Amino acid sequence: MQIVYMDHAASTPVRREVLEEMLPFFQERFGNPSAIYDIGIDIKGVIEDQREKVANLIGAEAKEIVFTSSGAEANNLAVKGAVLANRKKGNHIIVSTIEHHSVLNAARFFERMMDYEVTFLPVNNYGLVDPQRLAELVREETVLVSIMHGNNEIGTIEPISGLAAICRDKGVLFHTDAVATVGNIPVNVKDLNVDMLSLTGPPLGAPKGIGALYFRSNTRLMPLIHGGIQEMGRRGGTENVPGIVGLGKAAELTLNELPEKTKHVKNLKDRLVSGIMDRIEEITYTGHPENRLPGHASFCIAAIEGEALLLMLNQAGIYANTGSACASKALKISPVLVAIGVPAEIAQGSIVFTLDRDNTAPEVDYILEKLPAVVERLRSFSPLWKKNI
Amino acid sequence: MYSEKVMDHFMNPRNVGTLEDADGIGEVGNPVCGDMMTFYIKVRDDKIDDIKFNTFGCAAAIAVSSMVSEMAKGKTLKDARAITKDSVAAALEGLPKQKMHCSNLGAEALTKAIENYEKKNSA
Repeated sequence: MQIVYMDHAASTPVRREVLEEMLPFFQERFGNPSAIYDIGIDIKGVIEDQREKVANLIGAEAKEIVFTSSGAEANNLAVKGAVLANRKKGNHIIVSTIEHHSVLNAARFFERMMDYEVTFLPVNNYGLVDPQRLAELVREETVLVSIMHGNNEIGTIEPISGLAAICRDKGVLFHTDAVATVGNIPVNVKDLNVDMLSLTGPPLGAPKGIGALYFRSNTRLMPLIHGGIQEMGRRGGTENVPGIVGLGKAAELTLNELPEKTKHVKNLKDRLVSGIMDRIEEITYTGHPENRLPGHASFCIAAIEGEALLLMLNQAGIYANTGSACASKALKISPVLVAIGVPAEIAQGSIVFTLDRDNTAPEVDYILEKLPAVVERLRSFSPLWKKNI
Repeated sequence: MYSEKVMDHFMNPRNVGTLEDADGIGEVGNPVCGDMMTFYIKVRDDKIDDIKFNTFGCAAAIAVSSMVSEMAKGKTLKDARAITKDSVAAALEGLPKQKMHCSNLGAEALTKAIENYEKKNSA
């Protein structure tokens, strides 16, 4: 049976070149980078080389990169680390309503556990934050504003440089979660004008378990993991050397190949989107139609439910994602779909395809052949479908 | 996540559809929660002579509806009323814990269809 994997926002295969680069660091080159003998010093040098490569990819200085265990940890370090280090400045945090849980729940942590106030900045139907609204909400006590760069559920890319400029003018720290964008579109911290930016390995073809936080060199951060002085004292714990090597190699490859990858996935995504919109009636393309991740296609299909849709596609060898309540562990509809104003019963029919460099045109065509039939079958069971009412 | 039995009833649900001249109709759930089912029954000699359903929902909801329709078909109304969430889940060789309550609405929808029939016929 044909297998078509289009859930690259959830996971990606590690690139062969990346894996090969990592392998020596599991056995032959196992030294602890903090050791003072040569096989330790050697590894310390390797880590610094990778820091340089990651910095290069996003237009930063090597000293402005902290390696973390994930994008979620980078987000936590940015939000908690910056808020804790700047607690004398104030007790107000602003995040958008469509942030990843690692930002939302880190902000809520301050609201629940300490005397902080969190303002949730709304988005419009495309998922875009309104810069004017942000400008009105920033106040004297605001310590941090965190707004994601690209959204993994609806693909929308936020106008970060403008939002960050507002905060810069008012002397408020600005963080962006760029987990969905670094590796998929060009990202430059100077152009974006941000103080902190989170990224993760998988979109670049690096493994799970490695991420990084960019922080502008004078940004104060309280470590989350207290320990030794690894990562310039910003994150204790012996470094994940193979992971760091993987991220460095992946960053180097991405820097060279990104324009090609972006073009490839955008062409496939456009073919997928127009094909689906032509073949299925009563379907909504969610997120911004143009300002979006190049390989991201998200829809809500009326009168069917996303978990059933995913499992039926699974039987046809197609792997995608959904924001439906039934598919989530919390049994709640995706807060992102709620935030962009999708009615609850329509949000149940959410489906998300995220493409990457390994996808092909025949794979898109296979989906265009199978998806309409699966939708029609589920609709034939549905009391909400017009032909059954 | 799901048993083979659930996947079979989900992929090939039995008795899908509506009955235009139904003797009883029962509807439970709502689309906002993610699961909604409508059962249609035909009753003859106090037995469920025919049964159809339409379901909007996850794989579990569809499999539950299909299983309930199979269990109820041919049964007396009294025996059909004895079908419970637990007996449906057991017949499906188990349901994930979080699906036991939100998606396991078939027995309730069937009971409502029987009550609807009884109400019409007691007047």
